[in-house]
Amino acid sequence: MLFQDVVFWLLTVVAVGSALGVVLIRDLFRAALLLVAVFVAVGGYFVLLNAEFLAVVQVLIYAGAISVLIIFAVMLTRDVQQGNPPNRLQIPAVALAALLLAALVTVAVDTQWSFLPEGERQSVELVQTAAVSDISPETLEQAGAAGESAAQGVGLADLLIGRFVLPFEAVSVLLLAALIGALALVRPRPAPQDARASGAESASESAGAGAAGSEAD
Amino acid sequence: MVDLVWFQLLSAALFVIGLYGVLARRSAVLILMSIELMLNAVNINLIAAAAHMEGFGSFSRFDGQLIAIFIITVAAAEVGLALAIVLRMYRNRSTVNVDEIDLMKW
Repeated sequence: MLFQDVVFWLLTVVAVGSALGVVLIRDLFRAALLLVAVFVAVGGYFVLLNAEFLAVVQVLIYAGAISVLIIFAVMLTRDVQQGNPPNRLQIPAVALAALLLAALVTVAVDTQWSFLPEGERQSVELVQTAAVSDISPETLEQAGAAGESAAQGVGLADLLIGRFVLPFEAVSVLLLAALIGALALVRPRPAPQDARASGAESASESAGAGAAGSEAD
Repeated sequence: MVDLVWFQLLSAALFVIGLYGVLARRSAVLILMSIELMLNAVNINLIAAAAHMEGFGSFSRFDGQLIAIFIITVAAAEVGLALAIVLRMYRNRSTVNVDEIDLMKW
């Protein structure tokens, strides 16, 4: 598993380095670009963890959509020149972050994390490797690992539209509500009465806002 | 597969970096970006734990991935809404520095 280790540490250098850049660099636009690097590296981890679908989703939604939204916000709020100043809470923030890191590292190192006996873990790992490469069934049988994969039973979509269909629908409604809320927040205010009389442009603008309002209702 | 503890340490590091960004920076946009970092750290943790627990009882790695999918969806909704609020804030107060937004403070 040397190859996986190398990939893991390369990704770690990219992810942690870029994440530090995001919070420390002064230029907001560069911070947003570094954030894209973190997202792509996290997608790499997902591939490493046999979560191919999530890796694709990560690149599409995070590196594609969310980063574009954030870059739009950076551009539209013209604070780019002003940069990214720290506030007065610098020292307490560092202290609190260090404290939390120490606590998390202690817990992670102290806990017994191996859930399976060593032999069983090897066979599960072999089945996982077989899913993405072409190990023959005979090899699996010899290792005593055939038919042991829990992944053979149900897939991601079976769970999503089976047992978890209610959260799935709730999340859909949440997305719709967020969409309508964002529209209602950024639409222009209805123009006051005298301004409407002064120009056709503002009148059409307020009519557009009214239409958006009725749509949101 | 790489040991679970390394993924957990990595996840802790990313989460702490995000926490520092939330606490110590002024720009609301950067605070949002830091929150995204923290959510990504949690996702790594979930998926790593799910992948390493595969074969343990009736546990499959898709149970963890499912929660990660929900987190990603909620994060997308959150970012869209939060950026709308930031733009609105900028239009009203012409700043996005959170320590200058004190409308609700007395």
